[in-house]
Amino acid sequence: MAARAHALPAPRARGRPGVGITVGLSTAYLSVVVLLPLAALVWSARAHGSWQAVSNEEAVAALKLTLVVSAVVAAVQAVAGTAVAWTLVRDRFVGQSIVNALIDLPFALPTVVAGVTLLALYGPRSPVGVHAAFTRWSLVISLLFVTLPFVVRTVQPVLVELDREMEDAAASLGASPLAIFRRIVLPNILPAVLSGVALAFARAVGEFGALVLISGNLPFRTEVASLYIFGRIESGDPGGAAAVSVVLLAISFAVLLLIGAFRRWTTRHDL
Amino acid sequence: MGRYAIRFASLGYLVVLLVAPVGLVFYRAFEHGLGAFWGSISSPDAVHALKLTLMIGAIAVPANTIFGVLCALAIVRYRFPGFGVVNALVDLPLALSPVVVGLSLLLLYGRGGWLEGHNVLFALPGMTMATIFVSLPFVVREVVPVLREIGTEQEQAASTLGASALQTFVRVTWPSIRWAVAYGVVLTTARVLGEFGAVSVVSGRLVGQTETLTLYVQDRYNDFDVAGAYASSVVLALIAIATLLVLNTLRPKEETR
Amino acid sequence: MIEARRITKRFGEFVALDDVSVDVPAGSLTALLGPSGSGKSTLLRIVAGLERPDGGEVWLDGEDVTRRTPQRRGVGFVFQHYAAFKHMTVRENVAFGLKIRRRPRSEIGPRVDELLELVQLSGLAKRYPAQLSGGQRQRMGLARALAVDPKVLLLDEPFGALDARVRKELRQWLRRLHDETHTTTVIVTHDQEEAMDVADRVVVMNAGRIEQAAPPRELYDSPANEFVMSFVGPVNRVGEAFIRPHDVELLLEPNGATQEAMVERLVHLGFEVRVELVRDDGEQLFAQLTREQTEALELARGQIVYVRPTRQTVFAK
Repeated sequence: MAARAHALPAPRARGRPGVGITVGLSTAYLSVVVLLPLAALVWSARAHGSWQAVSNEEAVAALKLTLVVSAVVAAVQAVAGTAVAWTLVRDRFVGQSIVNALIDLPFALPTVVAGVTLLALYGPRSPVGVHAAFTRWSLVISLLFVTLPFVVRTVQPVLVELDREMEDAAASLGASPLAIFRRIVLPNILPAVLSGVALAFARAVGEFGALVLISGNLPFRTEVASLYIFGRIESGDPGGAAAVSVVLLAISFAVLLLIGAFRRWTTRHDL
Repeated sequence: MGRYAIRFASLGYLVVLLVAPVGLVFYRAFEHGLGAFWGSISSPDAVHALKLTLMIGAIAVPANTIFGVLCALAIVRYRFPGFGVVNALVDLPLALSPVVVGLSLLLLYGRGGWLEGHNVLFALPGMTMATIFVSLPFVVREVVPVLREIGTEQEQAASTLGASALQTFVRVTWPSIRWAVAYGVVLTTARVLGEFGAVSVVSGRLVGQTETLTLYVQDRYNDFDVAGAYASSVVLALIAIATLLVLNTLRPKEETR
Repeated sequence: MIEARRITKRFGEFVALDDVSVDVPAGSLTALLGPSGSGKSTLLRIVAGLERPDGGEVWLDGEDVTRRTPQRRGVGFVFQHYAAFKHMTVRENVAFGLKIRRRPRSEIGPRVDELLELVQLSGLAKRYPAQLSGGQRQRMGLARALAVDPKVLLLDEPFGALDARVRKELRQWLRRLHDETHTTTVIVTHDQEEAMDVADRVVVMNAGRIEQAAPPRELYDSPANEFVMSFVGPVNRVGEAFIRPHDVELLLEPNGATQEAMVERLVHLGFEVRVELVRDDGEQLFAQLTREQTEALELARGQIVYVRPTRQTVFAK
């Protein structure tokens, strides 16, 4: 691990009470739980995987499908999530706090249960005649379900904090409600929306449990990267699985960095 | 007016995506009466799955809670070299596919791996490690902003009054962070009980032995025992709803105004 | 120019405005003065269209605008906490109204320059509100409101968030601006000194009603009731009578009409002196004297003097 000194006005680690235990234990725990397995993964990908493992047709198709579907879902949530957040913050209706609590359901519900519930309503025995199982639509629906809370929860607090008087001022200057949204509200919530979108995208890329039952895992049709990896493991090709896994790992890291950047961007104009 | 259109669209979206599916599962689970439901979930395999899930939870949640508090303190109070990496590693489980997590553990503890042969995989230890990995961030992420916000003044005051590090923590720091910790514990528990992908890879899925409740749901579905799948889903959904209620009580009342 | 007719407004149980009617003549600078909760800000916001009244009408320049949105009333509004568009530069803030009206760039540029010059922010056009002081942000708010040539300028406690010295400067500056532009202006304030200093006419409000509307001099000299008299200036209450501190005469000898009092404290405020007295019945009394008067009487703490009102007001019940 590269060590960097931080030129921040914070107390120096050396000589402060309790430092040894807290820092030591935390890094040890983190190393055993997270770092070591990931290191084994990367090493295995290099040792047993190969370029072939990543560039074969099925793997490429799976990765492409993953990225496209996740991007579509993230884009939909950008709009839908903002609308839901707006309704929760600016509107007033009976049962609003129940709806607010409901938003967290996809966080709390196990992914495989999410898959089962969506399968019940939109699968082969659908009471409303929608038969989306084993199609790409099933991917979209499931991913919309599991990524629902992300944009809503990142945008909500920003909307709450937004200075309503800016909107009054814009109205007094002649701006229509649409212009007010476009010129005043949107620029101020955009970083939060993008943060939520990035989180939703990362979650969608990695999702497994909600897809495994409803998608049918059909190669080239509904087989996303996580299902492909699982297939490789079941087939006794952990090297191939590792190679594609490293690609997903890299995507996750990249998205995390992006989210960090959005967080810094959010506060640049704060009064 | 525009407001009603947005309200209608948002609520409609939520009904179609969340409410209707979950409602239907509840309906289907109890469709054939309470007796049938009870029969499904009281089968020995189901009971074992629930017990296994709870056992894993009993290890993973406290472990991640203690780590979470220590790590949050380390990140916020002690600027040690490399804390940026620590920060990134803590957040990683949120963005990483659970299948990749399972695979890493498989490679580490499996045949040919660096820590091979410690009887970890296809048994409780492996599944617990996988669960700990994926549920790692929650307590840390809840506590860090609170620690940042309360600042160090109170702690400094305590040390000038003669308190040791431990006393300061117990009497000054802990009371300020305990609600954040509680919230993080609830999130961790929900994640632990709901874990599927990572344990799917490391468990070997031996029915009645290494199946958690989530794996059991899939097992029932694949066996065409749809009723069994729905019944166990309902159990998990009820736990999830209970989680939501607890979260709602703990959440600062700031998100609707 | 502005006519509010029989405005009522309720927030739940709380009655903010109770059958309020007010006329603001064109070209004047009128102050709405009153304590918190008197309804003055609510009334202003109703005139601007930012709130809807429960009853009554608002007329601007001879037209009934009660049902009109704020966008179409032609009012300029300045907010107590500036309502600066924090994601836009000063220039973009001021240009906002013109951009909304789709004015050509060739017109917006010079107009914004002209306004920035007027409010003395020319060098700061590219800054963001976060980089400005409170006073600068408020001047920007004013320029922004004036940019669209409003028929009426409404200011809601515009200087309330600023410190005392900046408040006084901006107050004078607003008055001078008004004298140049003659835009009908209404300013809401709880600071009686500010209202009396700046306005042609002051409307005193209390608990959702208008107590009196008159030029400052008249409010001071002929207050309509006890509330107005106490609000627009310091006042002593002796039984049923109200006496202004500078209408209290201090004598060194009793003369039959006087009451005995002891000097408790002398507070030197520039060239005036506030004399805090305790009457022989234990009640407090404030007198306001010039320095010369104080020195002529050789006033000191603990001294016994004899007090007499030169003028007092009693209100009919």
